[in-house]
Formats: sequence, structure tokens, C-alpha cells
Amino acid sequence: MGKKLNKTAKSNAVTYGMVVAAWAVMMVLQSQGMVSNSISGLLVPVCIYSIMAVSLNLTVGILGDLSLGHAGFMCVGAFASALFTNLTVEAIPATWLRFTLAILVGAAVAAVFGFLIAIPVLRLSGDYLAIVTLAFGEIIKNFLNILYVGKDSHGLHVSIKDSMSLGMEPDGVVIIKGPQGITGTSRDATFTIGIILLLIALFIVLRLIQSRDGRAIKAIRDNRIAAESIGIHITKYKLMAFTISAAIAGMGGALYAHNYSSLAATSAKFGYNMSIMFLVYVVLGGIGNIRGSVIAATILYILPEMLRSMQKYRMLIYAIVLIAVMLFSWSPAAQQFRERYSLKRLFKKNTEKEDA
Amino acid sequence: MSFLSYLINGVSLGSIYAIIALGYTMVYGIAKMLNFAHGDVIMIGAFIVLNALNVMNLPLIPAILVAVVGCTVLGIVIERVAYRPLRNASSPLAVLITAIGVSYLLQNVALLIFGADTVSFPNKITLPALSLADGNLVISSVTIITIVACIVIMAGLMLFINKTKAGQAMLAVSEDKGAAQLMGINVDGTIALTFAIGSALAAIAGFLLCTAYPSLNPYTGSMPGIKAFVAAVFGGIGSVPGAMIGGILLGIIEIFAKAYISSQMADAIVFAVLIVVLLVKPTGLLGKKIQEKV
Amino acid sequence: MAMLEVKNLGISFGGLRAVNGFDIKIEKGELYGLIGPNGAGKTTVFNLLTGVYKPDTGSVVLDGTEITGKSTIEISKAGIARTFQNIRLFKDMSVLDNVKAGLHNKHEYSFLAGIFHTPSYQKVEKQMNEQAMELLRVFELEEEADTLASNLPYGKQRKLEIARAMATEPKLLLLDEPAAGMNPNETQALMDMIRFVRDHFNMTVLLIEHDMRLVSGICEELTVLNFGEVLAQGKTSDVLHNPQVITAYLGE
Repeated sequence: MGKKLNKTAKSNAVTYGMVVAAWAVMMVLQSQGMVSNSISGLLVPVCIYSIMAVSLNLTVGILGDLSLGHAGFMCVGAFASALFTNLTVEAIPATWLRFTLAILVGAAVAAVFGFLIAIPVLRLSGDYLAIVTLAFGEIIKNFLNILYVGKDSHGLHVSIKDSMSLGMEPDGVVIIKGPQGITGTSRDATFTIGIILLLIALFIVLRLIQSRDGRAIKAIRDNRIAAESIGIHITKYKLMAFTISAAIAGMGGALYAHNYSSLAATSAKFGYNMSIMFLVYVVLGGIGNIRGSVIAATILYILPEMLRSMQKYRMLIYAIVLIAVMLFSWSPAAQQFRERYSLKRLFKKNTEKEDA
Repeated sequence: MSFLSYLINGVSLGSIYAIIALGYTMVYGIAKMLNFAHGDVIMIGAFIVLNALNVMNLPLIPAILVAVVGCTVLGIVIERVAYRPLRNASSPLAVLITAIGVSYLLQNVALLIFGADTVSFPNKITLPALSLADGNLVISSVTIITIVACIVIMAGLMLFINKTKAGQAMLAVSEDKGAAQLMGINVDGTIALTFAIGSALAAIAGFLLCTAYPSLNPYTGSMPGIKAFVAAVFGGIGSVPGAMIGGILLGIIEIFAKAYISSQMADAIVFAVLIVVLLVKPTGLLGKKIQEKV
Repeated sequence: MAMLEVKNLGISFGGLRAVNGFDIKIEKGELYGLIGPNGAGKTTVFNLLTGVYKPDTGSVVLDGTEITGKSTIEISKAGIARTFQNIRLFKDMSVLDNVKAGLHNKHEYSFLAGIFHTPSYQKVEKQMNEQAMELLRVFELEEEADTLASNLPYGKQRKLEIARAMATEPKLLLLDEPAAGMNPNETQALMDMIRFVRDHFNMTVLLIEHDMRLVSGICEELTVLNFGEVLAQGKTSDVLHNPQVITAYLGE
């Protein structure tokens, strides 16, 4: 038993260490001027997508529910935090404080959405749950495209028609401009902050998995009926996992919103295609394998960027690699093949013989 | 009269969704997988029709036939190469992700061959429009043909499933793969046939979609594909009449939402209706309720 | 007072009366068998007792507390634990974690305590580990504490399921065909274990079984169910010699 606890602790330490090491290496390379602009532009997004993959893995891998609307939570977090920053940019001059609060706001608003959506959604299961989460993600994106928010001396004004109908004083400023979204948000995100947020996401998820609550969540994943029979409250723990997952996604969204000067709820950035992308990270990294999510998100985000020189062919190569990896790692035939010829097994066989 | 014409437009759009949804629902029923690449097969079908018309200078009907054959072959190849090896994978997510990979692949192959630009799709249906109520209600020939095509396909498919041996085999495989195999049914062949039919229908849907909404690029199939998938779930995924009803209802809701509420919110409204329906009937309108045995 | 007293329990599915007028009275510490041909409604009775189904008629009283129509979770807290005919373990969790999941309602610390590993977390987890290991020792599974449940051999999976049920500290343990799929040696070992559980924990056990050797070997009393109704009830030897029972099992 002690052995096992040790093993988990070690494995978690490796995960944190890997992230910290990647940060240290990049910082050293950057200080030596060895990192090109195009690469340093990838650093924060890699953190964002790693955070997204970690948080989605909580829903898909630990809770065992397929969600295709994760980009929606990211979108909510991004807009909430960017709105907050734009409203308080004068009131809170200290960047670190403002950004910290903005991240918390992003996470909190996404958590509220996660909770509210989870209540109806969690009555469903399997593919039905997947399609409803997809629908919610699309509704969130769609709604943010018609949302106008402005601020004047009377306070906040909200409209879902156009900026004219906000009915503001002449000195009013429109902050959320429908399809154009929010522009001019202070670009506070740095690689170091991204790494810190990723570590926080990892910390929360890895610690949760080891706790009593985490065991309940995994028990529901493995066998709902048995979990209920030993007195585990299914709805409570599903809500918990879903809400935490959404909160972390909101955190990722806050990081996103402060990494670019403009934020719009486009299909390319926050549509179902993005949610599916996160799912690809989770599945390729290993369902329920949190460290794998970080590695897969990093590689799969960087891969197409590295292939930029191949221009037209890069997404084609990406698609073929994706299919090939899936076939190789998941098909029963390939699994048997690997088992038969794996070094591990050859060694094991020998030691077993010795034991006998 | 505008209400009636919106309704007819809705039924017409819904007919296209229904034809696409049939592909989703049959594949789901039989292989228990969400074929995310189905929408992209539609796009490929439309491109084949376009090129058969413009490059090969074929007349319309042969051009559609070329697309049907092309998509059928494509569907069978995709199933054989990408999906069949994963049929017994330990997680159903494996084949879902592979389907996403196939979707990317088809989009990018189309991008390489046909380019990224949106091209306009010619309207080759040159029959006169139907004018009713002293010209107050004009129904275009495209609309009529779309609706008729949907009815014919639906009737044909029901006959095929209920009256032919192959159709019965499909039902058997969708009920219980293992038992069907023991009864001597060729499960692999039946699943391949299902993909073939679904993909053939996708080609027709591609043609109808691009005739009604005449613009085409490598991503054209994506959103209609997702909506048809919604329609299939809406009607009860796995159910053939459900796909038909779901598709047509979805089309009507979408057109009405655009006309009476907000064109920007139309998609959101479609998805909201889906959510409400699933919350009231968790397995869709005509879906079977499956209860886990304790 | 009886540990379990059930009166006139019944449920219909559609037009089918699956269980009708079911009565049973089990004394504390008793080993009680519920037998009957396939489809007689035995598992349905378990599902009614554990709140998976809500009964149409009748009452269930556990140790003096009325639990009729309560939810599965409330019934688990009230003190009924069960195993399943087709084993339902948390297959991707370790053997130890399966039992710790069973301890879920016996210990508590807050979500934040779990994240920040506060002293209360440390203390409670230590208690849970000790208790779970104690149970694993009783069921001879301590060697496999770190093994994934799905990697256990079949017989040990059955044991683990009982250990997990026992972790909820029940008053009444329901075993649904514990010997299914076991060879005679394993069945013998299982019988010894069930007896041991009863003696060691002073547990009341109600079990469904097909294996007559097991039933006649360990059950003190039996109820025979046929077509959803009680066919015979009483001392094991009396019931097994009841001509009606023999007919029901062997046919006319």
C-alpha cells in the first residue's frame, strides 16, 4: 500500500517536474536569444491547450462522460475575464492583481456555466450527453456573437441587438461588440504565468483524483450502479467533476483572452471543432492519463506549426498521422502485435521462468 | 402566404438534413459509432458532381451517378481502412477520434485538389417554378425536387430494410452483432453495405444542398453534417423514420427561427430545441429506451 | 426484533407481475437463502430491497426502520449492502481503492482538504487505509491491494465485491449468486468465507443461489420463489424436501 502511494506521488512529481523543466529550458534558451519569434509565440498557446486538455480529461477520463462542448467553457472564461480586465483597467493599476482577479473571474463564471449546464445534461449519458454538450457549446458561442456590452457613467449596458441599442451616454465605451468581440484587452499573459496556471490545473486535478471525492467520481465512471449501491451520490459527484472541469477551462480561457489583443467568439477559435481538438488531445494522451494530456496537447499543437514550411500539406499530414496513431495504438490487432513483440514481455517471460 | 413559403422552405432544407441524417443514423444503428466524417463525404460528393458537370461535361443525371459511385467507393474504403480495425477497440472513443481524423483528411484532400476558394455551384434544375394562389406562393423546382427526392429515398430505404434479405441482415446486425454472426450473417459485409448506402445518400445530399445553397468549399459539409447529426439524435438515433422526422423538423425550426426571431441566433435556437427535446425524451423522438439491467 | 421484515412486497413491469405478495423475516445473524428457478424474480427482490426499483405494494423494515421506497443511497446508509450477479467492480481502480470507495460514507473531509492535503485529510486517509487493509486481510486480498480490480482472477473478484460491500458496514448483506461460475473447490472456499463473514462480523446474510450444495451447506432458512411468489419458506432441510419445491425445480 505504501508502495502504491509512493508510486502515485512519484508519478505526479514527474508530471510537475516535466512542466517546470520545459519552462526552465525555454527560459534559458530565451535569455540566450535562441528562441525565434514564431516559437515564442507558441509558448502561451501550448500552456492554454495543455490546460484545456487536462480539464477535459477530468470529464472524459476521470468522470467518464464524453463532452464535446469544452470550448464553450473556455469561451465563457475568456469573455468574462476580458470584460473584467477592461472594466477595471483604471481601478486596479497593478497588473498582477488585476490579472489574478481576471483569471479567478474567468474560472468562476465558467464554473457557474458548467454547473448550470450540468444539471440538465447529466441526466443523459453516452452519445446523447456528447451531442447536448456540443449544442451548449455552440449556443454559448452563438450568443456571444450577438452580445453587446457597454459602460458609461450610469454603469453597464447590455444588448443583444447592436451597439446603438445600448442607449449609452456619449462618453460610453462599448466593450463587447457582438461578432467583433472584445478588442484592446491588456496583453498580460506570459509564458511563466501560463506555466503557473498549468501547474495549478495539474495540482487540482491530480490531487482530486487521489481524494475521497476523486474515488467517488472514478467509481461512478467504472460502474454507476455499483457506486450507487455503496451510497455514492451520483449527481453530486458528476456535478462536482463537471464544474471543476469547466472552471479550469475558464482559467484557460482567461489566459487566452489576455494573450491576444482581440477576442471574438469565432467558430475556428471556440466552435465544436475546437472542442473536438481538445478531445483528440485527451484520447491521444491517454484517457484518464493527465500527464499524457499535457504531452499530447504540446506535441499536437506544435506539430502543425512545425509543418508550416510544408504549407498546403501540413494539415493533410496531421490528419494522416492522427489516423495512423489511432489505428496503431487502439486497434486490437495492433495491440496484440505490440504485446507479442514488446521487450517488456520478453523480459517478463524470462523472469517468470526463473521464478518457477 | 409568407408563413406557407417559409414552411415549404423549411421542409425542403429539412429534407436535405433528413437524407444526411439517414447516413448518420444507419451507421450509428449498425456500427454504434458517430461517423464525424459523414459531412465531409457530402462535400466530396458535391465536388464530384461539380467537376463531372464542368470538367467532364456530363449531363446532370450521369454526373450525379458518378458522384454516387464515387462516394459509395469512398465510404467503403473509409470503413475498411480506418474504422473496421477499431471496431472492437477497448474504448468507443478510439473510432470517434479516427472519424475526426478522416474528416480532417477529406477536407485537406479536397483543399489540395479543389483549392480553398469558395466556388459557386450551378443550378442545373431548369424546370419552371410552381406558382400557386395567383403568384403569391412561388415554389421553386429545386425545392420540389428536394422534397420529392427525400420522400423517394425514404420509401426506398424502408422497403429495402423491411423487404430484402440484406435489409433484414442490417436490422439483425444492429440488434446484436454476435447473434447475427452466429446466424450466418456476414457482419463485415453488412456494415460495409451500410456505409455504402449512407455514402451514396451523402452524394445525393451534397448535390441537393449545393443546388439549394450554391456555394461550395472544402468545409461546406461540416456544419450541415453536424446539424444532420443533431437531426438524427433529435429523431432518435438509430431510427430511420426518426432521422426523417428529425431532419424535417430541424429544417422547419431553422427557417422559422431565421425568419421570425433572428438569423444570427438560428443555429443557437436549433441547438436549444434539441436540448429541450432530449431532456424531455432522453433518447430522441422515436428512439428506443434502453435500460441497463441490474 | 427481526433484522429484516418484508411484507406483501410486489412490483409489476408493464402487465407482468414480477414479484407478488413477497414476505420474508430474517433474524439477526441468520444465513438466509433465496432460491428459485430462473426468472422467478429473485434478483428483482434484491433490486426492490436496495431501492433500484420502487415497490408498488408492501413494506420493508430494516432493524426496526421503515425503508420502503427509499433511494439506493439512503438504503445503503440505512445498512443494506449487496453484490451483483454479474460482478460489478470499479475495474480501473486498485483493489484497495475499491474498498476505500466502499468506505465513502463512513469518513469525510472537505474537497479543499483533499486538494491541499490538510492534517484532517492525512488523518482520515490513514484511517481509511487501515480499515480497508483490515478488510482486505479478512478476505485474503492484502497481497493484491495495488492490483487493478480487473486484473484479479474471477474468484478474487467475487471476494473483493463482498469486501467492498462490507466496507459500508451494513446490517444486512445481500449476495446475488456469489458462487456463479466457480468450480467446486472455489465454491467450498466461498462457503467457508460466507460463514466466516457471518461469524466474524455477526452479519445477517441473504443470498441468492443456484448451487444447491452451497445452499444446503450454509443456509439455515430458505425461501423458494416461483413465478414471483413465495412457494415455500422455512428450515432448509424442510424446504428442500417439500414436494412442490422439487416439482418447481425438476418440472412435472
